[in-house]
This record gives sequence, C-alpha cells and structure tokens, in this order.
Amino acid sequence: MESKRYNWPVTILLIFGTIFILFPLYITVVNAFKTPQETAQSILALPSSFNIDNFLRAIEMTNFFNALGNSLYVTLLTVVLTVLSNSLVAYAIARNMHKKTYRVLFYYFVSAMFVPFPIIMLPIVNQMSAIGLMNLNGLVLLYIVYGLAFNVFLYTGYIKTIPKELEEAAIVDGCSRWGVFWRIIFPILAPINATVAILTALWAWNDFLLPLVILGDRADHTLPLVQYVFQSQFGTNYNLAFSSYLMALLPMLLLYIFLQRWIISGVTQGAIKS
Amino acid sequence: MNGFQTTKRRGGVPSPSSSNRLTMRKPSAYAVMILPALILFFSFHTLPVLQGIFYSFTDYRGFGDWNFVGFQNYISIFNDSRAYNAYFFTFQFAIVSTVLVNIISLIIALGLNAKIKFHKTLRAVYFMPNILSILIVGFIFNFIFAVYIPGIADSLGITALTTSILGSRDYAWIAIVIVAVWQAAAFNTILYLAGLSTISQDLYEASSLDGANKWQEFWKITFPLIAPFFTINMVLAMKNFLMVFDHIVAMTGGGPGRATQSISLLIYQDGFAGGQFALQSANAVIYFVIIVTVSIFQIRILQKREVQM
Repeated sequence: MESKRYNWPVTILLIFGTIFILFPLYITVVNAFKTPQETAQSILALPSSFNIDNFLRAIEMTNFFNALGNSLYVTLLTVVLTVLSNSLVAYAIARNMHKKTYRVLFYYFVSAMFVPFPIIMLPIVNQMSAIGLMNLNGLVLLYIVYGLAFNVFLYTGYIKTIPKELEEAAIVDGCSRWGVFWRIIFPILAPINATVAILTALWAWNDFLLPLVILGDRADHTLPLVQYVFQSQFGTNYNLAFSSYLMALLPMLLLYIFLQRWIISGVTQGAIKS
Repeated sequence: MNGFQTTKRRGGVPSPSSSNRLTMRKPSAYAVMILPALILFFSFHTLPVLQGIFYSFTDYRGFGDWNFVGFQNYISIFNDSRAYNAYFFTFQFAIVSTVLVNIISLIIALGLNAKIKFHKTLRAVYFMPNILSILIVGFIFNFIFAVYIPGIADSLGITALTTSILGSRDYAWIAIVIVAVWQAAAFNTILYLAGLSTISQDLYEASSLDGANKWQEFWKITFPLIAPFFTINMVLAMKNFLMVFDHIVAMTGGGPGRATQSISLLIYQDGFAGGQFALQSANAVIYFVIIVTVSIFQIRILQKREVQM
C-alpha cells in the first residue's frame, strides 16, 4: 500500500480502449433522440434537442410495455423458481454422492451442458405445442429445467463444503430433512444463490432463440424477440429502431450500473467454479 | 455422523439397529426432493434429444406420417453442399473468434490487473458487453457496418469500403467475428482477471530481483500460472462460438446467399421452415457429436500443456 504510484500509460491505454466498448452505445443513444434528417447530416453529432418522439412512436408501435412486462415476468419467475428448486435438487444429490444412484444422477444432469440446443429444438416445439405450453409459462418451465445442468454442478460443489454436523444436530433435535434444507442450508447458500440468480437473470432476460421457437402468440413476445419481429418494420427509420433498442437495453444497463460489483463477482464465481 | 445417530432419542432405546432403520428410511426425503426435477428434466430435455435421434432415422417432416429410412439422412447430410458450407463457416468463425477473444481479453486483463487508476470503473466498462442482448447489439453493429462505415468511406473517398461488408459473400463473416469478439471478450477478460489475481506479488518481486524482463516474466510466471484459466476460456469460447446464432440473425440472416449460415441457423431455418425436420435432426446429431468431441479434444490437449508448463 506504500507505493501510491499509478501505472499511467496503462491507465491511458485502457481509457482509450473503452472507446471501442462505448462507441456502439453512443451511436444508439444519440441517434435515438435525433430525427432522420439530423442523422443524415451527421451520425455522430449530438441531437439538437432531446426529442422523445421516437420513443413515443416506438412504445406504441412495438407495444413496448407489454414486451417489458413479459420479459420481467419470465425473468423474475425463472430466477425465483430456479434458485428454490435447483438448490434443493443439488442438496439432495450433494449429500448422497457416496451412493451410486445419486452419483449417476449428478452426471446425468451435468452432462446436459454438452448437449447443444439445436438437437432439442425441433422436437421440443412439437412437444410443447402438444401440451399447450407455447407461452410464457412454458418458457419459464424450460429455463428452470435446462438450468439444472449447470446449476446442479455449481450448487453441489458449494454444498459439499458445508459440514454435515450442523444438519445432523438439527435432525437429532427432531427437524425433518426438508426443515434442515430450508432453515439451515438454504440461508447458508446465499452467496451461491446470488450467483445463480444473476446468471439466470442474464440468460432469461437476453435469450433470443428459445423465445423465438416457443412463443407463438405475439402478445407473449419478450423484448429481444420484439426487436427482431419489428426489424423489418423499422425499415430505414434508424432513429425509431435505436430508440426501441435503447429502451430494450436500458433496464439491464441501469441494473448493471447499480449492481455492477455483484454482477461481475457473480458471473466470475459461476465461471471459476466450473 | 454415525456418532450423532446413536444419541437419537426417537423410538426410546437408542440401539444400533433402530438407528440403522432410521437412516434407511430417512433418504426417502432426498428422493422426493429430486423426483419431480428428474421427471421434468427427462421429459423436457432427454426425451427431445432421444426424439431428435429417433427422427433422424426417419423421413418425418414435423407432422403427419413417417417411415424409417435408415442412415439415408446422414448420407444426405454428407452429400449436402449447404451443410458443408455451414460447417466450414461455423468452424472458420469459431476458430478465428476464439483465438482473437483470448488474445484480446488476456491483454485487457493484464492491463486491468496493473496498478491503474479508475480500476473499478474501467473493469465495469470492459465487462458491460456481457450483460447486453447479443441480438440487439447485433442490430446496432448492423447499422454501423451497413450505414455508418460506408458513409464515412464515401466521404473520405475510400471506394473499397463504400459498400456494406455485410453484403459481401467473402467478408461478411469478418463483421460477425467483430461483434462476437466485442461481446465475448468481456466475459473472458473477467475470467483472466480472476486468474491473474491469484498470482502472488512475491513471485514478481523475486523475478525482478533475478533480472527478468517483463516479457520473460509473462511467459515464465504469469502464463503458466493462469494456464487453467486459459483452458476454461478456450473451451468455453469455442463451445459458445460453435453455437453462434443470435449474432447472425441480427447481422446477415445467414446471407448473402448462405455465406454466413451457421450450423444452428441451418438447423433452425431448414428444420422449421424448410420442412427438413428429419434431415436437420440428423444434422443436429452430427453437430452434437462434433461439439462433444471438440470439447473433449481441447480439454485433453490443453491440460497436457498445463502439466508440461
């Protein structure tokens, strides 16, 4: 801590490098406020006024609040149910890894990480439509189930490090196995729950392929899917398109600005454990 | 844990036999915890995989009647120029992107790991692409490549760049590499950064006492010590890039022609709209085998190198 000398050349190079990261966002923000004439004159210039007409039109055209509601519904429900259910499954596996059946189950779930989605894609659409689940709830169900592969892996690694003595003492005191999980284990899992919640939220919020094949009804479309569907209707009105993109990106960006420390460490933890 | 069970009070006498019966019955709670998930996982993951494999041996169109056709679909895929094209594009894209992402993220991570000012802010900016929707980022880059760059080239008189790169059969894939690298470097940087932070400063002090220069320091100390992170990054990046889909939908839709049609996109486009359910199922099975093989191959090779270093 004694040497307070910063490495300025590296700092400056890194600041310079952020131009490449921020440039696409800059283009999005400034052009979302401009008229097509202003953009035709200069793509990079700041807008002459903060005109929100593009946003109002995009909100109306894409039914933005409906899509936002769908995305929020899917993401929140998926995150809550994934954390509750996947941790429970992993607990049961982690505490029985000495038994062959549970070890086989562990590898069964985890090996699904290597299965690329396209092999599932064609049959799952038929299957979901046969049972009438081509909707938001069906989508949530699939996220929870597909999340098991990675989350069981993540959770079991963590649960193995929790000493069993605590649980055994509670069992002796007459607590059931379920009680042990919800009252003792689940609260201890808080850090890894946060990691799973962050990874799941990013996945469910930004995912495009699964909503594309599962959501039939237009009223069910999520934010990324709406951008895709309206791409041709935006046509060459890039300003309208940019205001729509910006509104779709904004919720996650705002969340990131406030929670970036937790989001970065959550994603890092998730990756390192693998 | 058996020490605790002999003190169990339930059932009165704490004899070894009664405690054994208790432990025999207890695990049923575990089974109940897993069973619903197991049923759902089998129904919505394993069953579709098995169906996909099953239908790859039929002439199923996604609906209606079907007949077994043996290995006909597999033979067709091997003779299908579109499939070859998709595999060639996907591998070319994935290999180039994996190499670029790893070089760039390692450089950024080394920078972020140095004694820099604004460390937290800079790290947050470099990680930001990871939280954004690839599809929407792709649309934004689509504008940059299709409108912005040609516009600039036009005003500067660089005729070679006045037409959109996305419309070029030969170069459109490069634009997709750029978007993919822009987005994926964020995640890989953070992983390398995590690796670098595990290296003790003492090692560097010792090496500088021995007169090692920065270049030697990197290859003799830093790189060997973050080798496990290099392995994870290479494997994860390659696996993700082989599944590329969103970028392409947003940038080129697979075009021009089929120049940038990835394997996933081919399965999606021809499997659903093209009425090739069975053929594309066979394609998906081959794809599955390839992804597993590549991942295992990479892990083997890279772990061997880790040991050697």
